[in-house]
Amino acid sequence: MSELVNAPRVVVCEGNEAAAIGVALARPDVVAVYPITPQSSLVEHLSQMIADGSLRADLMNLEGEHSVMSALQGAALAGARTFTATCGPGLAFMFEPYIRAPGMRLPLVCVLVTRDVMSPQTVWGGQQDAMIVREAGWIQMYCETGQEVLDTVIMAYKIAENRDVVLPVNVCCDGNYLGYGVTRVEVPDQAAVDAFLPPPDVNWHVALDPARPMAVDPLTGGAGGIGPRTFVRYRKSQCRGMQTALRVIEDVHAEWAARFGRRHAPLVEEYRLDDAAYALVTIGSMTGAAKNAVDTARDNGERVGLIKVKTFRPFPLQAMVHALSKVDAIGVVDRAVGFGWNCGPVFQETLGALYHTAQRTNRCIPAVSFIGGLSGADITEEHFSRAIARTAQALAGDRPDAPVWLNEND
Amino acid sequence: MHRQSHEMFDAATIPDDLSSIGTVLSPMLPGDWRNARPVVDREKCVKCAVCWVYCPAQCIVEKPRWFDIDLAACKGCGVCATECPHRAITMVEEPAQ
Repeated sequence: MSELVNAPRVVVCEGNEAAAIGVALARPDVVAVYPITPQSSLVEHLSQMIADGSLRADLMNLEGEHSVMSALQGAALAGARTFTATCGPGLAFMFEPYIRAPGMRLPLVCVLVTRDVMSPQTVWGGQQDAMIVREAGWIQMYCETGQEVLDTVIMAYKIAENRDVVLPVNVCCDGNYLGYGVTRVEVPDQAAVDAFLPPPDVNWHVALDPARPMAVDPLTGGAGGIGPRTFVRYRKSQCRGMQTALRVIEDVHAEWAARFGRRHAPLVEEYRLDDAAYALVTIGSMTGAAKNAVDTARDNGERVGLIKVKTFRPFPLQAMVHALSKVDAIGVVDRAVGFGWNCGPVFQETLGALYHTAQRTNRCIPAVSFIGGLSGADITEEHFSRAIARTAQALAGDRPDAPVWLNEND
Repeated sequence: MHRQSHEMFDAATIPDDLSSIGTVLSPMLPGDWRNARPVVDREKCVKCAVCWVYCPAQCIVEKPRWFDIDLAACKGCGVCATECPHRAITMVEEPAQ
Protein backbone atom coordinates (compact mmCIF):
# COMPACT_ATOMS: atom_id res chain seq x y z
CA MET A 1 0.00 0.00 0.00
CA SER A 2 2.78 2.39 0.89
CA GLU A 3 3.78 2.99 -2.74
CA LEU A 4 0.34 4.45 -3.46
CA VAL A 5 0.57 8.17 -2.90
CA ASN A 6 -3.10 8.69 -2.19
CA ALA A 7 -3.69 5.57 -0.11
CA PRO A 8 -4.89 6.32 3.39
CA ARG A 9 -2.45 5.71 6.20
CA VAL A 10 -3.50 2.74 8.28
CA VAL A 11 -2.65 2.55 11.96
CA VAL A 12 -3.56 0.25 14.81
CA CYS A 13 -4.51 2.29 17.83
CA GLU A 14 -6.88 2.67 20.74
CA GLY A 15 -10.05 4.72 20.33
CA ASN A 16 -8.64 7.53 22.44
CA GLU A 17 -5.71 7.84 20.04
CA ALA A 18 -8.08 7.66 17.06
CA ALA A 19 -9.94 10.60 18.57
CA ALA A 20 -6.68 12.51 19.03
CA ILE A 21 -5.70 11.84 15.42
CA GLY A 22 -9.08 13.16 14.29
CA VAL A 23 -8.65 16.26 16.42
CA ALA A 24 -5.21 16.95 14.96
CA LEU A 25 -6.56 16.61 11.43
CA ALA A 26 -9.22 19.22 12.23
CA ARG A 27 -6.44 21.69 13.11
CA PRO A 28 -7.77 23.21 16.34
CA ASP A 29 -6.20 26.47 17.50
CA VAL A 30 -6.62 25.86 21.23
CA VAL A 31 -6.71 22.58 23.15
CA ALA A 32 -7.49 22.85 26.88
CA VAL A 33 -7.32 19.71 28.99
CA TYR A 34 -7.50 18.16 32.39
CA PRO A 35 -6.92 14.40 32.71
CA ILE A 36 -9.64 12.09 33.96
CA THR A 37 -9.91 8.30 33.66
CA PRO A 38 -10.67 6.84 31.10
CA GLN A 39 -10.09 9.94 28.97
CA SER A 40 -6.48 10.61 30.04
CA SER A 41 -4.66 8.86 27.23
CA LEU A 42 -6.62 10.91 24.68
CA VAL A 43 -5.22 14.20 25.98
CA GLU A 44 -1.81 12.59 26.48
CA HIS A 45 -1.75 11.74 22.77
CA LEU A 46 -2.74 15.32 21.94
CA SER A 47 -0.10 16.74 24.29
CA GLN A 48 2.51 14.57 22.60
CA MET A 49 1.46 15.76 19.15
CA ILE A 50 1.71 19.38 20.26
CA ALA A 51 5.09 18.74 21.90
CA ASP A 52 6.31 17.05 18.70
CA GLY A 53 5.13 19.97 16.61
CA SER A 54 2.88 17.75 14.50
CA LEU A 55 -0.14 19.62 15.89
CA ARG A 56 0.27 23.37 15.94
CA ALA A 57 -2.19 24.33 18.67
CA ASP A 58 -1.95 26.15 21.97
CA LEU A 59 -2.18 23.59 24.76
CA MET A 60 -3.62 24.78 28.06
CA ASN A 61 -3.06 22.47 31.02
CA LEU A 62 -5.53 23.93 33.47
CA GLU A 63 -6.34 23.34 37.12
CA GLY A 64 -9.67 21.67 36.50
CA GLU A 65 -12.48 21.10 34.02
CA HIS A 66 -14.40 24.22 35.07
CA SER A 67 -11.41 26.27 33.94
CA VAL A 68 -11.01 24.14 30.81
CA MET A 69 -14.51 24.88 29.55
CA SER A 70 -14.31 28.53 30.62
CA ALA A 71 -10.98 29.01 28.82
CA LEU A 72 -12.33 27.37 25.67
CA GLN A 73 -15.32 29.69 25.68
CA GLY A 74 -12.95 32.66 25.79
CA ALA A 75 -10.87 31.12 23.02
CA ALA A 76 -13.95 30.48 20.88
CA LEU A 77 -15.18 34.04 21.46
CA ALA A 78 -11.79 35.18 20.15
CA GLY A 79 -12.30 33.05 17.04
CA ALA A 80 -10.41 29.85 17.85
CA ARG A 81 -11.39 26.35 16.85
CA THR A 82 -11.16 24.45 20.14
CA PHE A 83 -11.05 20.96 21.58
CA THR A 84 -11.33 19.22 24.90
CA ALA A 85 -12.34 15.82 26.24
CA THR A 86 -13.67 14.75 29.59
CA CYS A 87 -16.03 12.36 31.36
CA GLY A 88 -17.63 11.36 34.64
CA PRO A 89 -16.48 13.50 37.58
CA GLY A 90 -14.61 15.81 35.20
CA LEU A 91 -17.80 16.48 33.29
CA ALA A 92 -19.57 17.07 36.60
CA PHE A 93 -16.95 19.65 37.59
CA MET A 94 -17.30 21.23 34.13
CA PHE A 95 -21.08 21.50 34.41
CA GLU A 96 -21.53 25.25 35.02
CA PRO A 97 -19.65 26.50 31.94
CA TYR A 98 -20.73 23.34 30.05
CA ILE A 99 -24.42 24.28 30.20
CA ARG A 100 -23.57 27.86 29.22
CA ALA A 101 -21.95 26.92 25.90
CA PRO A 102 -25.06 25.89 23.89
CA GLY A 103 -27.00 29.05 24.79
CA MET A 104 -24.00 31.17 23.83
CA ARG A 105 -24.02 29.26 20.53
CA LEU A 106 -20.35 28.38 20.72
CA PRO A 107 -19.45 25.58 18.27
CA LEU A 108 -17.12 23.70 20.62
CA VAL A 109 -16.21 20.04 20.16
CA CYS A 110 -15.72 17.90 23.27
CA VAL A 111 -15.22 14.13 23.27
CA LEU A 112 -16.90 12.37 26.17
CA VAL A 113 -15.00 9.17 26.88
CA THR A 114 -18.07 7.98 28.72
CA ARG A 115 -17.82 6.65 32.24
CA ASP A 116 -20.30 5.40 34.77
CA VAL A 117 -21.16 7.73 37.62
CA MET A 118 -20.35 7.25 41.25
CA SER A 119 -21.44 6.21 43.74
CA PRO A 120 -20.62 3.34 44.15
CA GLN A 121 -17.11 4.53 43.32
CA THR A 122 -16.25 3.61 39.76
CA VAL A 123 -13.63 4.55 37.20
CA TRP A 124 -14.97 2.32 34.42
CA GLY A 125 -17.05 2.77 31.31
CA GLY A 126 -20.78 3.36 31.08
CA GLN A 127 -22.89 6.10 29.51
CA GLN A 128 -24.42 7.52 32.67
CA ASP A 129 -22.33 10.72 32.51
CA ALA A 130 -23.39 11.55 28.95
CA MET A 131 -27.01 10.60 29.67
CA ILE A 132 -27.11 12.93 32.69
CA VAL A 133 -26.27 15.89 30.42
CA ARG A 134 -28.62 14.92 27.61
CA GLU A 135 -30.73 18.03 28.27
CA ALA A 136 -27.78 20.44 28.44
CA GLY A 137 -28.26 21.46 24.81
CA TRP A 138 -25.14 19.83 23.35
CA ILE A 139 -25.39 17.67 20.25
CA GLN A 140 -24.49 14.08 21.18
CA MET A 141 -23.25 11.47 18.72
CA TYR A 142 -22.38 7.99 20.04
CA CYS A 143 -19.79 6.01 18.11
CA GLU A 144 -19.51 2.29 17.46
CA THR A 145 -15.85 1.89 16.43
CA GLY A 146 -12.50 3.63 16.73
CA GLN A 147 -12.75 4.50 13.06
CA GLU A 148 -16.12 6.11 13.63
CA VAL A 149 -14.67 8.11 16.52
CA LEU A 150 -11.90 9.50 14.31
CA ASP A 151 -14.25 10.31 11.45
CA THR A 152 -16.96 11.76 13.70
CA VAL A 153 -14.56 14.08 15.53
CA ILE A 154 -13.69 15.73 12.22
CA MET A 155 -17.32 15.81 11.10
CA ALA A 156 -18.29 17.30 14.47
CA TYR A 157 -16.50 20.55 13.65
CA LYS A 158 -18.31 20.88 10.36
CA ILE A 159 -21.65 20.24 12.06
CA ALA A 160 -20.98 22.54 15.02
CA GLU A 161 -19.75 25.43 12.89
CA ASN A 162 -22.55 25.19 10.33
CA ARG A 163 -24.20 28.62 10.47
CA ASP A 164 -27.66 27.08 10.72
CA VAL A 165 -26.56 25.01 13.73
CA VAL A 166 -23.90 26.91 15.75
CA LEU A 167 -24.02 24.51 18.68
CA PRO A 168 -21.43 22.53 20.64
CA VAL A 169 -20.98 18.83 19.92
CA ASN A 170 -20.15 15.89 22.17
CA VAL A 171 -18.65 12.91 20.39
CA CYS A 172 -19.35 10.04 22.77
CA CYS A 173 -16.74 7.29 22.87
CA ASP A 174 -17.45 4.42 25.26
CA GLY A 175 -14.88 4.50 28.04
CA ASN A 176 -12.67 1.39 28.30
CA TYR A 177 -14.29 -0.55 25.44
CA LEU A 178 -13.89 2.05 22.69
CA GLY A 179 -11.36 4.37 24.36
CA TYR A 180 -8.86 1.64 25.22
CA GLY A 181 -9.93 -0.91 22.60
CA VAL A 182 -7.26 -1.25 19.90
CA THR A 183 -8.43 -1.56 16.30
CA ARG A 184 -7.36 -0.89 12.74
CA VAL A 185 -8.02 2.70 11.78
CA GLU A 186 -7.62 4.44 8.44
CA VAL A 187 -6.19 7.92 8.82
CA PRO A 188 -7.41 10.31 6.15
CA ASP A 189 -4.98 12.49 4.29
CA GLN A 190 -4.54 15.99 5.78
CA ALA A 191 -5.12 17.67 2.43
CA ALA A 192 -8.37 15.74 1.99
CA VAL A 193 -9.53 16.79 5.45
CA ASP A 194 -8.58 20.39 4.69
CA ALA A 195 -10.72 20.22 1.56
CA PHE A 196 -13.61 18.80 3.59
CA LEU A 197 -13.39 21.07 6.62
CA PRO A 198 -13.32 24.82 6.01
CA PRO A 199 -11.24 27.15 8.19
CA PRO A 200 -12.70 27.95 11.64
CA ASP A 201 -15.94 29.94 11.55
CA VAL A 202 -16.56 30.36 15.23
CA ASN A 203 -17.22 33.92 16.42
CA TRP A 204 -19.03 35.63 13.57
CA HIS A 205 -22.10 36.14 15.76
CA VAL A 206 -20.58 36.82 19.17
CA ALA A 207 -17.01 37.87 19.81
CA LEU A 208 -14.41 39.22 22.17
CA ASP A 209 -13.01 41.71 19.70
CA PRO A 210 -11.84 45.29 20.39
CA ALA A 211 -12.76 46.19 16.83
CA ARG A 212 -16.44 45.46 17.50
CA PRO A 213 -17.12 45.94 21.21
CA MET A 214 -20.11 44.12 22.65
CA ALA A 215 -21.18 42.75 26.00
CA VAL A 216 -21.28 38.97 25.74
CA ASP A 217 -24.11 37.07 27.42
CA PRO A 218 -25.74 39.89 29.41
CA LEU A 219 -28.73 39.26 31.71
CA THR A 220 -31.70 38.26 29.56
CA GLY A 221 -35.20 37.58 30.85
CA GLY A 222 -37.03 38.61 34.00
CA ALA A 223 -40.72 39.01 34.78
CA GLY A 224 -41.62 42.00 32.66
CA GLY A 225 -40.76 44.38 29.85
CA ILE A 226 -39.08 42.86 26.83
CA GLY A 227 -37.25 40.29 29.00
CA PRO A 228 -39.54 37.26 28.69
CA ARG A 229 -40.01 37.46 24.94
CA THR A 230 -36.33 38.16 24.41
CA PHE A 231 -35.43 35.02 26.31
CA VAL A 232 -38.00 33.01 24.34
CA ARG A 233 -36.46 34.30 21.11
CA TYR A 234 -33.06 32.91 22.07
CA ARG A 235 -34.42 29.61 23.40
CA LYS A 236 -36.58 29.01 20.32
CA SER A 237 -33.60 29.71 18.12
CA GLN A 238 -31.55 27.21 20.13
CA CYS A 239 -34.25 24.57 19.65
CA ARG A 240 -34.39 25.39 15.95
CA GLY A 241 -30.61 24.97 15.74
CA MET A 242 -30.94 21.51 17.28
CA GLN A 243 -33.64 20.46 14.83
CA THR A 244 -31.71 21.85 11.87
CA ALA A 245 -28.71 19.86 13.08
CA LEU A 246 -30.50 16.64 12.13
CA ARG A 247 -30.37 17.58 8.46
CA VAL A 248 -26.85 18.97 8.72
CA ILE A 249 -25.60 15.79 10.41
CA GLU A 250 -27.05 13.78 7.53
CA ASP A 251 -25.52 16.10 4.93
CA VAL A 252 -22.09 16.08 6.56
CA HIS A 253 -22.07 12.28 6.87
CA ALA A 254 -23.08 11.99 3.20
CA GLU A 255 -20.27 14.31 2.17
CA TRP A 256 -17.84 12.36 4.34
CA ALA A 257 -18.88 9.13 2.65
CA ALA A 258 -18.48 10.67 -0.78
CA ARG A 259 -15.02 12.03 -0.06
CA PHE A 260 -13.55 9.29 2.12
CA GLY A 261 -15.56 6.20 1.18
CA ARG A 262 -16.69 5.40 4.71
CA ARG A 263 -20.43 5.56 5.25
CA HIS A 264 -21.55 5.88 8.87
CA ALA A 265 -25.26 6.03 9.59
CA PRO A 266 -25.70 9.67 10.63
CA LEU A 267 -28.76 9.38 12.86
CA VAL A 268 -30.04 5.81 13.07
CA GLU A 269 -28.66 2.65 11.48
CA GLU A 270 -31.05 -0.10 10.42
CA TYR A 271 -29.36 -3.52 10.46
CA ARG A 272 -31.16 -6.52 8.94
CA LEU A 273 -34.40 -4.72 9.69
CA ASP A 274 -36.46 -4.79 6.52
CA ASP A 275 -37.96 -8.25 7.01
CA ALA A 276 -37.58 -8.31 10.80
CA ALA A 277 -40.47 -9.10 13.14
CA TYR A 278 -38.67 -7.57 16.10
CA ALA A 279 -35.47 -5.70 16.83
CA LEU A 280 -32.92 -4.65 19.37
CA VAL A 281 -32.16 -0.95 19.81
CA THR A 282 -28.53 -0.23 20.72
CA ILE A 283 -26.26 2.76 21.21
CA GLY A 284 -22.47 3.04 21.04
CA SER A 285 -19.81 0.35 21.00
CA MET A 286 -22.10 -2.40 22.30
CA THR A 287 -23.58 -2.54 18.79
CA GLY A 288 -20.82 -4.78 17.39
CA ALA A 289 -21.57 -7.64 19.76
CA ALA A 290 -25.29 -7.05 19.27
CA LYS A 291 -24.95 -7.39 15.49
CA ASN A 292 -23.10 -10.68 15.98
CA ALA A 293 -25.93 -11.93 18.17
CA VAL A 294 -28.47 -10.82 15.56
CA ASP A 295 -26.52 -12.72 12.87
CA THR A 296 -26.48 -15.85 15.02
CA ALA A 297 -30.20 -15.59 15.71
CA ARG A 298 -30.84 -15.07 12.00
CA ASP A 299 -28.89 -18.26 11.30
CA ASN A 300 -31.29 -19.96 13.67
CA GLY A 301 -34.30 -18.66 11.80
CA GLU A 302 -35.20 -15.76 14.07
CA ARG A 303 -36.54 -12.73 12.21
CA VAL A 304 -34.65 -10.21 14.31
CA GLY A 305 -33.01 -6.95 13.30
CA LEU A 306 -31.22 -4.07 14.97
CA ILE A 307 -31.64 -0.32 15.24
CA LYS A 308 -28.53 1.59 16.28
CA VAL A 309 -28.88 5.12 17.58
CA LYS A 310 -25.89 7.27 16.66
CA THR A 311 -27.29 10.75 17.13
CA PHE A 312 -29.12 10.90 20.45
CA ARG A 313 -29.20 14.70 20.76
CA PRO A 314 -31.10 16.04 18.93
CA PHE A 315 -33.29 12.92 19.06
CA PRO A 316 -33.73 11.61 15.51
CA LEU A 317 -37.50 11.24 15.73
CA GLN A 318 -38.29 10.74 12.04
CA ALA A 319 -35.49 8.24 11.50
CA MET A 320 -36.54 6.32 14.60
CA VAL A 321 -40.21 6.25 13.57
CA HIS A 322 -39.12 5.01 10.13
CA ALA A 323 -37.17 2.17 11.74
CA LEU A 324 -39.62 1.32 14.50
CA SER A 325 -42.59 1.10 12.13
CA LYS A 326 -40.97 -1.96 10.51
CA VAL A 327 -41.19 -4.21 13.59
CA ASP A 328 -43.73 -5.58 16.05
CA ALA A 329 -41.59 -5.64 19.21
CA ILE A 330 -38.38 -4.03 20.40
CA GLY A 331 -35.82 -4.57 23.14
CA VAL A 332 -33.79 -1.45 23.98
CA VAL A 333 -30.36 -1.99 25.50
CA ASP A 334 -29.03 0.87 27.61
CA ARG A 335 -25.61 1.36 29.15
CA ALA A 336 -27.10 3.75 31.71
CA VAL A 337 -30.06 4.07 34.03
CA GLY A 338 -32.99 6.47 33.90
CA PHE A 339 -33.87 6.81 37.56
CA GLY A 340 -37.12 8.65 36.96
CA TRP A 341 -38.82 5.87 35.03
CA ASN A 342 -37.10 2.71 36.28
CA CYS A 343 -35.67 1.90 32.86
CA GLY A 344 -32.89 2.89 30.53
CA PRO A 345 -32.86 6.43 29.11
CA VAL A 346 -32.71 5.32 25.47
CA PHE A 347 -35.66 3.02 26.22
CA GLN A 348 -37.67 5.89 27.69
CA GLU A 349 -36.97 8.10 24.69
CA THR A 350 -37.79 5.27 22.29
CA LEU A 351 -41.18 5.03 23.99
CA GLY A 352 -41.67 8.68 22.99
CA ALA A 353 -40.90 7.77 19.39
CA LEU A 354 -43.26 4.79 19.61
CA TYR A 355 -46.18 7.17 20.25
CA HIS A 356 -45.45 8.81 16.90
CA THR A 357 -44.95 5.38 15.33
CA ALA A 358 -48.33 4.24 16.62
CA GLN A 359 -49.97 7.29 15.07
CA ARG A 360 -48.58 6.17 11.74
CA THR A 361 -49.09 2.39 12.05
CA ASN A 362 -52.13 2.40 14.34
CA ARG A 363 -50.67 -0.22 16.66
CA CYS A 364 -48.84 -0.14 19.96
CA ILE A 365 -45.98 -2.64 20.06
CA PRO A 366 -44.41 -4.26 23.14
CA ALA A 367 -41.08 -2.85 24.30
CA VAL A 368 -38.54 -4.21 26.79
CA SER A 369 -35.87 -2.23 28.65
CA PHE A 370 -32.49 -3.95 29.05
CA ILE A 371 -29.77 -2.37 31.18
CA GLY A 372 -26.22 -3.65 30.90
CA GLY A 373 -22.57 -2.72 30.76
CA LEU A 374 -22.65 -0.58 33.88
CA SER A 375 -19.37 0.38 35.55
CA GLY A 376 -17.17 -1.36 33.01
CA ALA A 377 -19.20 -4.58 32.67
CA ASP A 378 -18.99 -6.31 29.31
CA ILE A 379 -22.16 -6.85 27.30
CA THR A 380 -21.27 -9.99 25.44
CA GLU A 381 -22.83 -11.65 22.44
CA GLU A 382 -24.37 -14.09 24.90
CA HIS A 383 -26.05 -11.26 26.79
CA PHE A 384 -27.47 -9.99 23.53
CA SER A 385 -28.68 -13.45 22.60
CA ARG A 386 -30.62 -13.53 25.87
CA ALA A 387 -31.99 -10.04 25.13
CA ILE A 388 -33.11 -11.24 21.70
CA ALA A 389 -34.82 -14.27 23.22
CA ARG A 390 -36.55 -12.12 25.86
CA THR A 391 -37.73 -9.66 23.20
CA ALA A 392 -39.12 -12.58 21.18
CA GLN A 393 -41.06 -13.58 24.30
CA ALA A 394 -42.46 -10.05 24.51
CA LEU A 395 -43.49 -10.31 20.87
CA ALA A 396 -45.39 -13.47 21.84
CA GLY A 397 -47.25 -11.57 24.55
CA ASP A 398 -45.06 -12.01 27.63
CA ARG A 399 -43.64 -8.55 28.30
CA PRO A 400 -41.66 -7.91 31.53
CA ASP A 401 -42.94 -4.94 33.52
CA ALA A 402 -39.49 -4.06 34.89
CA PRO A 403 -36.08 -3.62 33.26
CA VAL A 404 -33.95 -6.70 32.60
CA TRP A 405 -30.47 -6.24 34.13
CA LEU A 406 -28.14 -8.05 31.75
CA ASN A 407 -25.17 -8.44 34.09
CA GLU A 408 -27.22 -9.25 37.18
CA ASN A 409 -26.30 -12.93 37.19
CA ASP A 410 -22.79 -12.73 35.70
CA MET B 1 -8.88 56.71 29.88
CA HIS B 2 -10.44 57.90 26.69
CA ARG B 3 -13.76 56.72 25.47
CA GLN B 4 -13.71 53.50 23.54
CA SER B 5 -11.78 54.00 20.36
CA HIS B 6 -14.27 51.94 18.37
CA GLU B 7 -17.97 52.46 17.97
CA MET B 8 -20.09 49.80 19.64
CA PHE B 9 -20.80 46.84 17.38
CA ASP B 10 -23.86 47.17 15.18
CA ALA B 11 -25.95 44.17 16.24
CA ALA B 12 -28.18 44.61 13.19
CA THR B 13 -25.49 42.92 11.11
CA ILE B 14 -26.04 39.48 12.67
CA PRO B 15 -29.10 37.39 13.61
CA ASP B 16 -30.66 38.64 16.85
CA ASP B 17 -31.56 35.17 18.15
CA LEU B 18 -28.21 33.39 18.45
CA SER B 19 -26.01 34.46 21.35
CA SER B 20 -27.35 37.13 23.67
CA ILE B 21 -25.20 40.23 23.29
CA GLY B 22 -25.41 43.79 24.53
CA THR B 23 -24.40 46.85 22.53
CA VAL B 24 -26.00 49.55 24.67
CA LEU B 25 -24.54 50.56 28.03
CA SER B 26 -26.90 49.65 30.86
CA PRO B 27 -28.12 52.58 32.99
CA MET B 28 -28.46 50.17 35.94
CA LEU B 29 -25.46 51.28 38.00
CA PRO B 30 -24.56 49.52 41.24
CA GLY B 31 -23.14 52.55 43.07
CA ASP B 32 -26.12 52.84 45.38
CA TRP B 33 -25.67 49.45 46.99
CA ARG B 34 -21.97 49.81 47.75
CA ASN B 35 -21.07 49.45 51.45
CA ALA B 36 -17.47 50.65 51.11
CA ARG B 37 -15.89 53.06 48.65
CA PRO B 38 -12.33 53.11 47.29
CA VAL B 39 -10.47 56.34 48.06
CA VAL B 40 -7.32 57.10 46.04
CA ASP B 41 -4.30 58.70 47.71
CA ARG B 42 -3.09 61.00 44.94
CA GLU B 43 0.39 61.23 46.44
CA LYS B 44 0.89 57.47 46.17
CA CYS B 45 -0.75 56.87 42.78
CA VAL B 46 1.83 56.49 39.98
CA LYS B 47 -0.76 55.80 37.24
CA CYS B 48 0.43 52.25 36.68
CA ALA B 49 -3.18 51.29 35.68
CA VAL B 50 -3.24 48.05 37.65
CA CYS B 51 -6.58 49.14 39.16
CA TRP B 52 -7.91 49.90 35.68
CA VAL B 53 -6.96 46.42 34.48
CA TYR B 54 -8.47 44.61 37.44
CA CYS B 55 -11.70 46.57 38.06
CA PRO B 56 -14.53 44.14 37.14
CA ALA B 57 -16.98 47.01 36.61
CA GLN B 58 -14.57 49.11 34.52
CA CYS B 59 -15.26 52.14 36.68
CA ILE B 60 -11.68 53.45 37.01
CA VAL B 61 -11.42 56.85 35.34
CA GLU B 62 -8.26 58.69 34.32
CA LYS B 63 -7.32 62.07 35.79
CA PRO B 64 -4.28 64.14 34.73
CA ARG B 65 -2.06 62.85 37.55
CA TRP B 66 -3.87 59.91 39.04
CA PHE B 67 -6.63 57.36 38.54
CA ASP B 68 -9.95 57.90 40.23
CA ILE B 69 -13.21 56.01 40.66
CA ASP B 70 -16.58 56.53 39.00
CA LEU B 71 -18.63 56.13 42.15
CA ALA B 72 -21.90 55.82 40.24
CA ALA B 73 -20.66 52.56 38.80
CA CYS B 74 -18.36 51.27 41.59
CA LYS B 75 -19.96 48.49 43.62
CA GLY B 76 -17.29 48.55 46.29
CA CYS B 77 -15.79 45.12 45.74
CA GLY B 78 -12.32 46.28 46.80
CA VAL B 79 -10.37 44.46 44.10
CA CYS B 80 -8.58 47.70 43.15
CA ALA B 81 -7.46 48.29 46.75
CA THR B 82 -6.18 44.72 47.00
CA GLU B 83 -4.33 44.82 43.71
CA CYS B 84 -2.79 48.35 43.90
CA PRO B 85 0.98 47.70 44.18
CA HIS B 86 1.51 51.11 45.82
CA ARG B 87 -1.19 50.79 48.47
CA ALA B 88 -2.68 53.98 47.07
CA ILE B 89 -6.32 52.85 47.41
CA THR B 90 -8.12 52.46 50.73
CA MET B 91 -11.62 51.10 51.24
CA VAL B 92 -13.70 53.43 53.42
CA GLU B 93 -17.03 52.33 54.83
CA GLU B 94 -20.03 54.21 53.48
CA PRO B 95 -22.24 56.04 55.98
CA ALA B 96 -25.39 54.21 57.12
CA GLN B 97 -27.72 56.32 54.97
